[in-house]
Order: sequence, then structure tokens, then C-alpha cells
Amino acid sequence: MDKEKLITPGPSGYMPTPGAFMGVELPPPGKALLYGEIVDEETAMREAAKAMLTRRNPTIFPGPLVLWGWNAGAMEKAKAVLELAMEIPNCRIIPMPDYRPKYPKIDPEAEINPNHPNLTILHNKIEACIFVGVHCHYANLSLRMIRAGTNCFTIALCAEMGHEDAMVSLRDVHAEEIRKFKDVLVQVRKELGIEWEPKLPPENPSLPKEDWTKISPLDFGEYAALLMPRKGEVVEESE
Amino acid sequence: MGLEYVKISPGFEKYMPRDYVDLVTFGQFGKQVDVMQLGQFKELVEEHPMCAGCYMAYFIRVFYAALPNPEDTIVLGTAGCARLALSQAAVPFIYGNYGDTNAVASGLKRALSIRFPDKVKDVVVIAGDGGLMDIGFGMTMHSWFRREKFTTIMVDNEVYGNTGGQESGMSPKGIQLKMAPKGKQFDKINAVELAQTAGCVYVARISPTNPKRIAKVIRRAILAAREFGPTFIHAYTSCNIEYSIPTREVLADARAREKKDFKFYEWMTDEVKEYLEEIERKEKEKAKQEVQK
Ligand SMILES: Cc1ncc(C[n+]2csc(CCOP(=O)(O)OP(=O)(O)O)c2C)c(N)n1
Ligand code: SF4
Ligand SMILES: [Mg+2]
Repeated sequence: MDKEKLITPGPSGYMPTPGAFMGVELPPPGKALLYGEIVDEETAMREAAKAMLTRRNPTIFPGPLVLWGWNAGAMEKAKAVLELAMEIPNCRIIPMPDYRPKYPKIDPEAEINPNHPNLTILHNKIEACIFVGVHCHYANLSLRMIRAGTNCFTIALCAEMGHEDAMVSLRDVHAEEIRKFKDVLVQVRKELGIEWEPKLPPENPSLPKEDWTKISPLDFGEYAALLMPRKGEVVEESE
Repeated sequence: MGLEYVKISPGFEKYMPRDYVDLVTFGQFGKQVDVMQLGQFKELVEEHPMCAGCYMAYFIRVFYAALPNPEDTIVLGTAGCARLALSQAAVPFIYGNYGDTNAVASGLKRALSIRFPDKVKDVVVIAGDGGLMDIGFGMTMHSWFRREKFTTIMVDNEVYGNTGGQESGMSPKGIQLKMAPKGKQFDKINAVELAQTAGCVYVARISPTNPKRIAKVIRRAILAAREFGPTFIHAYTSCNIEYSIPTREVLADARAREKKDFKFYEWMTDEVKEYLEEIERKEKEKAKQEVQK
């Protein structure tokens, strides 16, 4: 089997075999994973940079560990993430502020949820993404789901040992390593002849909350009849 | 957790969803809110999939507003209706297996006090009558025997609501439910008395007819658990689906039960009493000073 390309962008089908079961091992310090194989950090970074520069709708998904300023390290890392985002042409930032399920549904333009990341990825047609600051257990869950159901190229900038199910996985990534990755990305961008003036991605488009007082049964179209009680009808029992 | 966990990293304010920005700006982290102001601040739990008009859902809403330190609290729940809303809140939530909430909470509370020796971390279990008094009975009782320092809140709808109407030990005698067609043969368990005997230092029984009182009881139970031992609240939270209570009669039903078998009851040890009185006296003084300013 072509060991180099064990882990590739999907969709690889419902419940794909986890990378770890396919024999992918986490890299030792100083190394990285590229398509499931252990390679030099630089090689992995270049491939990740190429994906973010050439695939459609590149997006960074920062997790709670960078979004919340819970210590100096987190705030510095957050700063580095913004610096990286500025260098990627037309990059977007879609946050994952926590992991709780959302009722009735997330706004896929405003956030990504680890329990159903594909909603955000498919809605925005994201074909390359970076996970950074997401706790490992939720990153594992999400990365495998994304590989199962989308054609998104996943890059994990992990502060721990990395992730088997990402196409590119760097380990021990903190602010300094993010800046190193940014430098590699700028280099690759120049080599590809892509011109870009650094600028921050657009702000979060969170919509104003729906105003329930203005909703009319007519908004429900053919279902309206189910909502409007018939004349004189009093619903006494809830069964 | 802690207040630093609810501070957005500089530069990221404009990339956060509006909900989170509102939580930080208009939420209750770092301040004590008054439940009577519900609706005037960004609440910790908003949309949830519990039935429309469910009284348990209302109780949970008041519960979150009453937390003394939401940023340093972990809530534990289990299978049953309550977790449907608990899991949606902006407070860390752990889903224990059905029945083992109080065992998980024991371990969690102990681990937190080792991991954060200088901080107060509140652990609160909220589970149904089935979860605490039937299937989790052993683990609930043993957490009390061991004097574990956390709060247990039983949201008692007198039925297994989430699974469609089986009788529980807390269902009243004689009641006919969808899956108890012959009527319940035994009496309702006296949970409050059990808790008292088993070692709880603060015990309350409440029918949620008065939001201020609910908040006070919850706050007291959490504060007492920090210092002295297990605390327990038995709350009547009717199930309008399984007991066919029309939504607009839910409050009337709670009042009727308050007059009957859910009379307000509060008991605490002498040292807890002294401790709470001291805290509440100081709070009153502080409030008075602020008014004068
Ligand atoms: C070990 C185990 N046994 C049974 C179940 C099925 N189960 C789910 S919810 C539930 C009953 C819940 O009743 P209660 O605790 O009173 O909560 P309510 O839904 O009434 O609020 C049961 C039996 C389960 N999830 N796990
Ligand atoms: S089944 Fe009963 S307790 Fe459960 S959410 Fe519905 S009304 Fe509430
Ligand atoms: Mg119940």
C-alpha cells in the first residue's frame, strides 16, 4: 500500500477506519505527520501552506485554548494565529468557542461545533482548514468526521503530540511555532507567485437573534395549518 | 475555569459569535445577579429542547441564575429530561452514566480540590427522581455517608419522564402512569428524611412557586457544601406531558402541591446555620452600603 497517502482528504465514507487503526503513528518531537507518514517538520509545513494557499475557502478554526485569554501563553498564541491569518489570501476565521451541543442548530457562518463540524465545512465550501487550540479529544472526533464526510484538507497545529486523522499534523505548536509556519507559508506563497497584502480576515457575521415576536404563522408555508388552532378549538390535554 | 476563562483573547473579540460576546459583556460571570432580573441579562442557558411549558426547564433556568460562582462551577447530570437543558448551558457539564452521578461528582470534587487547592470549585448534581432515588440510589446514599462536599438537586417529576412514563420510587402511591397501568402499589420515598439521616448538612424541599426562594435555597446549598459536607434539595418539577397538566395550569399545580405534600421545608446543622447567617448578614450590609453610596 502507498503508505505516504494513508490519510487523504475525503469524503472517505461513513465511519472511516481511524488513522491509528491503519497504522499511523504519532511523530516524535521535531517531526510531523503528512498524509499519515512521519516526515520532517519543514516538509509538512510546506504541504500545509500549499493547501491553505491553493484550495478553496481556506479557514482557521481556533478552539477554546486560544479564543479565551486564560493565560499569557494563550493570548500570545492567539496573536500569532491572527498574524498567520493575515498572510493567507482570503482566509476566514470561524471559531469553536466551546464544545457544547447547540439547540436548535449552530449558525454555520458564525461558528463550528466539534459534534457536527461538517455543517460549517459544507455550508461554507471549505476545502482547507487549520485546527488550533482545540482540546485533543475533540480534535480527534472532529478531524475524523471531516475526513469521513467532506473533501476538506485538514491541518492540525497541535500543542501536544498531534493527530493521526489530519492530513498534516504538527506537534508541540505554540506561538513561536505558529510564527515559523507563517514564515514558511509566506515563502511558499512567493514561490507560487501569489500576490497578497497582509490583512485581517472579515469579522464574525453572527446574525442578530431572530425576533420571535415578528414571526407569523404564514412564515411556515404549507405547515401553517398545523400551527394555527381551528376556530373554537381549545387544546386542553397535552397528549 | 475561573474568570480568566471567560475573557476573550485580545484581538479575537470580533471573531467570536455574538452569543459569546454577549455572555462576556452582559452575562453573570463575576457578578451576583438577582433572579428577579431574569430576562435583563444574558442567561447561561437559553434555547433547549425540553417540552414547551415544562416546569423542570423553568427550575433549571432559575438554577443557573442562582449560581454563586458560575465561572467556577461544574454541573453533573445524567439520562433524564434535565440534561437536555443542562448540556446547552455555558457552564461545564459532565454527563454521568445513569445512576452514577454522585460517584462521579465525588471523584470530581476531590480531584478539583487537589488540582486547585487555593480555589473554590462548586460541583452540583442535578438529576431526576429515577436517576437519584431508584437506579442511582446506592451511589447517592454512599456519597452522603462519605460526607462528600457537593450539592445534589433532585428534580422530581414523579415519573421516568424521558422514557415515556414508568413509575419511580418518587411517584405517589396509587398513581396510574402510561407504563404503570395497575397504579403504583407503594408510598413515595421520603427523600428529605433519608438525606438528613445519611449525613447531609443542609436539606430543603421546595415546590418552585417563588423564584427568590428557589434561588436562596440553591445558593445556600452550594455555599454550605463548600465548607461542611453534602447538601440536598428536593424540588417538585412537574411533568406536564406524563401527568397531562396543561401548560397554563402548571403553576397552579405547583401551588396546590405546596399546600399538600411539598410544603417548604429547610433544615441545616447548627454550624451551617451560623455560617450562612454570617454570610447573609455581610451581604446585607454590603448592599446597604452600596445603596447609601
Ligand atoms: C443504565 C441506564 N439504564 C436505563 C437508562 C434509560 N433511561 C434513560 S432516562 C431514564 C429515566 C429518567 O427518569 P428520571 O431520572 O426520573 O428523569 P426524568 O426524565 O423524569 O427527568 C431511563 C430509565 C439509561 N439511560 N441508562
Ligand atoms: S417529558 Fe415532562 S419532564 Fe420531560 S421535558 Fe417534557 S414536560 Fe419536562
Ligand atoms: Mg423523573
